Amino acid sequence: MALNIERKVSSDETVISVAGDVDLYTSPELRKAVLEAVPGAAGRVAVDLSGVNYIDSSGIATLVEGLRSAHKHDKAFVLVTPSPPVMQVLELSKLDNVFEVRTTS
Amino acid sequence: MMTDTHEPIIEVENLVVRYGEHTVLDGVTFQVRRGEVFVILGGSGSGKTTLLRNLVGLMRPDSGRILIKGEDFTSMNGDDRIELRKKIGMCFQGSALLNSISVGENVALPLREHTKLEDSTIEIMTKIKLELVGLGGVEDYLPSELSGGMKKRAGIARAMAMDPEIIFYDEPSAGLDPIVGAGIDVLIRKMQETFQLSSVVVTHEMESVKAIADTVCMLQGGRVVGIGSLEELERADHPYIQQFFARRPYDEEAEDSAYARALTGLD
Repeated sequence: MALNIERKVSSDETVISVAGDVDLYTSPELRKAVLEAVPGAAGRVAVDLSGVNYIDSSGIATLVEGLRSAHKHDKAFVLVTPSPPVMQVLELSKLDNVFEVRTTS
Repeated sequence: MMTDTHEPIIEVENLVVRYGEHTVLDGVTFQVRRGEVFVILGGSGSGKTTLLRNLVGLMRPDSGRILIKGEDFTSMNGDDRIELRKKIGMCFQGSALLNSISVGENVALPLREHTKLEDSTIEIMTKIKLELVGLGGVEDYLPSELSGGMKKRAGIARAMAMDPEIIFYDEPSAGLDPIVGAGIDVLIRKMQETFQLSSVVVTHEMESVKAIADTVCMLQGGRVVGIGSLEELERADHPYIQQFFARRPYDEEAEDSAYARALTGLD
């Protein structure tokens, strides 16, 4: 399944909504979207992962890169309603406590 | 990705492999279900290494088919074959790490070769994989600086680098002491349970089989002589399976008689 990424900007938040499979082939698209959004974001950067069916370690690594970039630019970085497959891989990677996770969009 | 745990991920149909006149695999047929640990068990010369080489695409059979995710791997060529092989991780018996580069670079190698991921992404993925196998913080070590058990773990991390759907292990606990070997068994099981990985393990070590197997496929002389759960095989009345499980040696007297008959032509 292809990856669909949408970006919505408001005064206090930039939301990147992700749907589909995040894998070795599609994660560069997510990386581009996240790393482009972070520097100019007005407030926090929220990545909505509720529509993600599958994520592999390249997707998780991409989220880590987003978090690193947000720290560098002094921005908050939040994962919003991660789907069960995302939560599972985050837990397996021992990174579930590294990210701020919001359960409502 | 929705997955049906009962669907076969590997289907081997009537596989025949010959080395010259010698038939090494003779009509091997079985299925590996998605998400299970499937153990190929057999003694020396049973054909299990040849079977593994065919399953991972290092050899092609003389006849028969191997379907992976429903696609005929045996007749596949070019890019299709390469794409399918990317979904397969292989953990070699000797770990096969490159000694001239660091452990981290070994794990990163398949990602650098086969993907267009950025170095920064690959670096994080490598650390995640090493942490998963209990080797967090050793990415800058050279393979020669690792113990045998650590090398095995690094080999598993490299096999996992591309997030494969199927992982093959060739004699994973060979050459390790029982405690370190048991640790590798736990790791194999953990990888299967956490990632729902389909795992195919070639071994002759019964303790390992007890620890990890969902299904056991017993080979003898290039043929499948038993397949099922370990309990089912333990109850099987096949003489070779009973002999293997009981660790009974071959009957040297009978072999001596056969030798004498062959030599003299006398009964």
